[in-house]
Parts: sequence; C-alpha cells; structure tokens
Amino acid sequence: MTRATTPLLYLLLLIAWEGSVRAFKIPGWMLPAPSAIAATAVDWAPDLLHHSLVTLSETVVGFLVALAISLPLAILIAFTVTLRRLIYPILLGLQSVPKVALAPLVILWLGIGVLPKIVIVILVCFFPILVNVVAGFESVPRAMLDLMHSMKAPEAAIFRRLRIPIALPHLFTGCKIAITFAVIGAVISEFVAAQDGLGYLIMISTAQSQTPLAFAAIIVLTLISIVLFYAVEFLERRFVTWTP
Amino acid sequence: MKSGPLAARSSAAEQHGQRGTPIIELAGVSKTFGSGEQTTHALGPLDLTIEAGSFVSIVGPSGCGKSTLLRLIAGLETPTQGQLRRSGAALDGPSREVGIVFQDHVLFPWASILDNVMLPADVMGLPRQAALQRAQWLLELTGLKDFAGHRPDMLSGGMKQRAAFCRALLADPTMLLLDEPFAALDALTREELSLELSRLWQELRRTALLITHSIDEAVLLGDRLIVMSRRPGRIGLDIPIDLPRPRDVNTENHPRFLQIKRAARDLLFARDKS
Repeated sequence: MTRATTPLLYLLLLIAWEGSVRAFKIPGWMLPAPSAIAATAVDWAPDLLHHSLVTLSETVVGFLVALAISLPLAILIAFTVTLRRLIYPILLGLQSVPKVALAPLVILWLGIGVLPKIVIVILVCFFPILVNVVAGFESVPRAMLDLMHSMKAPEAAIFRRLRIPIALPHLFTGCKIAITFAVIGAVISEFVAAQDGLGYLIMISTAQSQTPLAFAAIIVLTLISIVLFYAVEFLERRFVTWTP
Repeated sequence: MKSGPLAARSSAAEQHGQRGTPIIELAGVSKTFGSGEQTTHALGPLDLTIEAGSFVSIVGPSGCGKSTLLRLIAGLETPTQGQLRRSGAALDGPSREVGIVFQDHVLFPWASILDNVMLPADVMGLPRQAALQRAQWLLELTGLKDFAGHRPDMLSGGMKQRAAFCRALLADPTMLLLDEPFAALDALTREELSLELSRLWQELRRTALLITHSIDEAVLLGDRLIVMSRRPGRIGLDIPIDLPRPRDVNTENHPRFLQIKRAARDLLFARDKS
C-alpha cells in the first residue's frame, strides 16, 4: 500500500496536468499536455537518442576526467603542507566563481566542439570531489591515528589501511554532488554554443515554439541525471559496506 | 588453560626482561599543554619506575593527567621536562614492543574482527602464518572465535573491547598499556572483562600499566597501586597490592583488598575537601 503511494501520486499529478490543459484550453506552445509530449517523444525518438548520447558522453567523460585530476590533487593537498598553503586557497577562491559564468569564455577559447563542453563539466565537477576527499583524509579519528602511530606504522601503511577507507564515503558524497552538477554543466555549455546535445535541442525547440519537444528533452535529461546519480550510489553501496 | 602458541613462549617471557629490572623510568617528568595564558600544567613533575613483569595500576580523578602519563610512556607525547627511559634507553617515540588498549575499542569498522586483530602483523610485516595462528588462538581464548569474520558493528561493546585486547597482544609485546580499557562498558561487562584480563595476565605475565578511575578495578588487577592527585598530576600514594593470585570475585571480599581500597579512597577524598 505505502509502496504504491508515490507512483500513484505521480499518476494523479499527470492526470491533473492533462485535465487542466484540456479544460482551460491552454495552447500547446505554452504548456503541452503529457499526451502531446509523449506523442512528440515517439515521433522524435531517433533525434532524442542522438542528442541524449552527446550530452551523456560529455557528462560522463567530464566527470571521469575531473575525478582523475582531483584525486591526486587531493592527496597532494592533504599531505604536503606547502602545496596546501599554496594551492588550496587558490582552489577555494576559484570554487566561489560560478563556473557556468565561464562557459562563454571557455567556448571562445576552445571553439564549439565537444572539448569546451567537457572542460566546463570538469570545472563544475572538480571542486565538490576535491573538497570532499580532502575533508575525508582529514577526518581520520585521532584514536585511530594513535593506534597506527603506536605500532610505528609507516605513513604509506597509514594511508592505505586507514586514510583511504576513511575518505571513501566522503569521495562518494563528492561524486554524488559532482554527477548532478555535471549534467547541468553539459546542458549550460550546450546553451551557449552547440550543434547537438539535449541543451541544444531545448534551445532550438523553444525558439521554434516546439514546446512539446523541449519538454520531451527536459524529461530525458532528468532521467539521465537520476540514472547517473543512482549509478554512483550503487557503486557506493558496493564499496562502502560499513556504517561510517 | 589451553595450550597454544603462547605456551611455548612462556619461557621467552623471562627473556623479555628479567623480572624486577626497571622497564620504564621517569625522572622529573612534567607535561604542559598550550602556551602563554592558555598553558595547562597537566602532569608532574614526577618520578616513577616500573619493573618488568609487574602490573601497575594508576587511579586518579578525571583530569589528573593519568592518560597523559600513559601517552608519554607510549611515546605518543613528548615530555615538556624530564627524562623518560624504556629498557634503559631514552624513550623517543612509540615502540613495537608495547601494545596499547584504548578507552574506545578503535576497531576499523570496514574490517572483520580477524583483520582488525591482524592489523599489527600487517603493519609490522610479521610472518603471516604464525600471526594468523596467534590471532586465532587469542580469539579462541577470549571467546571470539565464532565472530572472526564479523564486522565490529555486529558485536557487543564487551566483545569489541576483547577484540581490542587481542589486537594489542598479537605482536607479543613486552608491555601492555591499558588506557581506561573498561570505561565505555556497562558495570557487569566491566567486572567480567577485568576478571578475564586478570586470568589472561596470569598466563602472559607481561609488564602492564593500567590507567583507570575505578579503585576496585585497580586493586583487583594490579601488583602495585598508584593514586594520583588532581592537576597537575602527581603521585599521592604508591603501595604494593599484596593480594594472592590468581584473583577472582572473592578477592574483592579479602580484608586486605578493602584495606587498600580504603587507603586509596581516603587519599582521593581528602584531596577533594581541601
């Protein structure tokens, strides 16, 4: 019964949406009915698929590159005092820059291909991962460090046996934030200048008053975002099997 | 008692240090934390000699610096003043000859009980097969054999602390430092575990230093009772606990037990009034 409550609620909202669009005769270019959106989605399925794959690949590649850059940097920041003093303030300052505001500049520098989109996704993903992993390395309880030190554990052993497991849940927290940011980053960069991708499709279809198509693209985008988030959460549950 | 890897070692126990020779020596040791206006004089100056093979209990009120004393002897802190020696040499940091049991079990939640107990072997690079045998023997001795594969959060507080004892004993240390090891447990488990520790010590005969705020525990377990005064911690009383071993529940009714206990209480409460 309770399991069915949420889907039922969604269904009711959809019916209310469909009903009010019909009852108040709202024009389709302003707010299309769910049935109209569904019909458009079916008609445009091949194009939706193509644009989805473009946005998905930008998102995933950008996220993975951000992960690959931020992990070693987090280790350097957490364990070398000099780098920490030099780099961390700069990074924290950069973190305050709204990255989407940089999108036009990045496209100015790198053109309108796939590369600038990936760069923007990297910029957006990078900080949440870095900040969380650094915080993770630092959240090692003092008693656990005392235990390792009392055994004269070499720093490498402390890192491998203590700091990595302690930082792992923090890494996943950062990744979950980053993956949702990544989708936003990809779409915004496609808004600025692109020839394909779901962001481009939304821009074009709203400009041409093909509102049902814009809605279909937004729904696909939402689904991508949800699927990616749960993919990260699935990995988290595979790797973090204890309660931190 | 079951025979095991330790039975063969019992003769080795004597090699670890002649009974009666000083293993830890403190001369004029004091410790202050912070600087300027924020300075806290936590401990000393105090002199203390711990003899190899003895079980020394230190009781004191909260904040008397008894944990600081243990951390100094463990090499986890350096004294502000004075000299510390371990086995005749200046003490300059932790030693693999010392096993510590902390107030909290400090087990890694991501590792099984066996892996937690094996941690010293992994960190110190001890021969794996022998260490594994010893770990299994220790787990059997403490009744944890069936829980070797479990994660710590599946175990009760007492069992977790037993596992922490196994871990501290894995590398066969010459000396055990016990920093209020029963403080986080309920009264019944405390008593059960301290009697167990007494039996374990009876078999192992390693030098042990117990820090506690329970007079009963201190007297039940130790050969020697040291009562510390309030901050900055100094030694207020230092008497031998000449109770027969092995000790059990009945020891607590021994007239000498009550006598020693009263002496410690008198000192602690007298200081409270002044």
